Amino acid sequence: MSPWPLFCQQLVNGLTIGAIYALIAVGYTMVYGVIQLINFAHGEVFMVGAYLALTVCLLVGASHALTGIALVALCLVMAVVAMAGCGLLGWGIERVAYRPLRPRPDNCLTPVGASRDGHTPRLTALITAIGVSFFLQNAVMLVYGATDRRFPALVPPLRWEVGGATVTVLQVVIVATGTVLMIAVQGLVMGTKLGTAMRATAQDHKACWLLGIPVDRIIVITFILGSVLAAIGGILFGLYYNTINFHDGYLTGLKAFTAAVLGGIGNIPGAMVGGVVLGVLEGLGAGYLSSQWKNVFAFVVLVGLLLFKPTGLLGERVAERA
Amino acid sequence: MTTGRARMLWLIAVLLSFLLPVIYRNPYHIEVVASAGLYAILALGLNIVVGLTGLLHLGYAAFFAIGAYTYALCNVHLGCPFWVGLLPATVVGGLCGMVLGIPAIRVRGDYLAIVTLGFGEIVRITFTNLERFTGGPNGLLGIDHPTLWIPGRGIYDFGVRSVPYYYVIVVVMWLVAVGCLRLSGSRIGRAWAAIREDELAASCSGINIARLKLVALGVAAAIAGLGGAIFAAKQGTITPDSFDFILSVMILAMVVLGGLGSVPGAMLGALVLGTLPELLRGFEQFRMLLFGLVMIIMMRARPQGLLGNVQIRRELLVRSDTA
Repeated sequence: MSPWPLFCQQLVNGLTIGAIYALIAVGYTMVYGVIQLINFAHGEVFMVGAYLALTVCLLVGASHALTGIALVALCLVMAVVAMAGCGLLGWGIERVAYRPLRPRPDNCLTPVGASRDGHTPRLTALITAIGVSFFLQNAVMLVYGATDRRFPALVPPLRWEVGGATVTVLQVVIVATGTVLMIAVQGLVMGTKLGTAMRATAQDHKACWLLGIPVDRIIVITFILGSVLAAIGGILFGLYYNTINFHDGYLTGLKAFTAAVLGGIGNIPGAMVGGVVLGVLEGLGAGYLSSQWKNVFAFVVLVGLLLFKPTGLLGERVAERA
Repeated sequence: MTTGRARMLWLIAVLLSFLLPVIYRNPYHIEVVASAGLYAILALGLNIVVGLTGLLHLGYAAFFAIGAYTYALCNVHLGCPFWVGLLPATVVGGLCGMVLGIPAIRVRGDYLAIVTLGFGEIVRITFTNLERFTGGPNGLLGIDHPTLWIPGRGIYDFGVRSVPYYYVIVVVMWLVAVGCLRLSGSRIGRAWAAIREDELAASCSGINIARLKLVALGVAAAIAGLGGAIFAAKQGTITPDSFDFILSVMILAMVVLGGLGSVPGAMLGALVLGTLPELLRGFEQFRMLLFGLVMIIMMRARPQGLLGNVQIRRELLVRSDTA
């Protein structure tokens, strides 16, 4: 067998999972952009999205591949339910775990307990986020059980041969969905008033507040937007792997976060590039090296990249705060 | 710093920790407190890096793993006894901390957090995959329990009892705590605080930033290595799963909950988070859910931690007076 088909196949697989990573990574990077915090609960939001979609399938009684209008309708319902649920969750996380610990933008004195560069509240918010993460994982475990749940393979297993590699309909759908959503997010952030407010908030909370931008509302919208994208990521993940577990949020979240850093955290196109690059690297690593080393491979690339280009592939921002 | 009242509180805590197994005879609960003590050793070590020096480290469990595997390999292959094995575990842990620190300190802030997280995962997966040496995912089995030669009584085997381990852990914990207190008030400790508060100003004052950061990472990793050896001896079996990212995060949570930079805080945080899952045992399957909730509530109620660092607080008060 010539090496070309294997390469193409791993490339296709890598692109698919990379599109899912990218969807989740955008949530990490957007939140980091506006509040300079790593939202550790984001991986759980993704996992909840997958479970909400599963719930819809169970309620409808769909367990096999569907076609035509039924498939489209079911996917739409799943998307709406998961997006609504996760959006609500994102809102809740911001209200419960982040807002109470954030200095108010109209407060001109840094509160006691915050060091000058704000590193105490930053770490505090990290811990509340971890608390939220434990809570969500265990809540899902209590409702759905600790074992793997089968996610129905709804999309018919049509496939094409392209350049020696097999491409399934689902892979095309995943990459297409990812691409469309990424373009939409980029358009929203760069081309609308809301996006402008988000970018302004990312630069300076106090100045935004003085200019009449509702900083808290912008931050909550950012959380919701990121969570909605993670919900879509969750549905695609479930459809692609056909099995979900309450632990999935952790590793996938970690990888998506890696992708966000790889592309330059705080940078939205960077998250997309990072997701795809990580997915492809992982696919190629699994294909050419042994698959048990593939996670090491991903992290070695990450560490190596950060050491030589600490701002990520496309990043400009340098995080100084510890 | 050590006023009369603080001295009394320390004395009471030390006495209580030594008398606990005498007053309270439930071996299972002693076991729980012993593992909280082990967490306290780790939290004290991580506090040096995160609390004193201000470097966010997310891969601390890696050094705990390195210590545990070092002792386990020495014991299983070389027949090295526990008390001798503590030395290589500590030294190898510390050296790995410094070696991994050399590239890591080139990056700052959140990027350092990610690099250390990456190292943590790399170490864990490497231990999982080097099956020939580490037994892979099944781990290393048959690590000897410590023995102690008592004059006139012969050799005492620790076995699977919890009380002897409890005492080993408590003694090591207090030694580490004293070391940390001495260190934080020393020239090195003050240099660490200077780096935490303002790296540029610190380097302008003649502090060798890179060397002091490496010392912090090395000392912290050595403490984790020591803890790892005790853990391996206590468990008798170690698997790579015991050293995952969640452990790093839990130790960080203990340090933050206790109060960044505070030695008693790190210990208190470890005691609270280490025993909380047991205290919540009555809630059965809801306990980890409640554990998450309690973490949120505690951090919201006291963002600066249970015992915020006295030094940080003083610096803050001065600052808000002048602001």
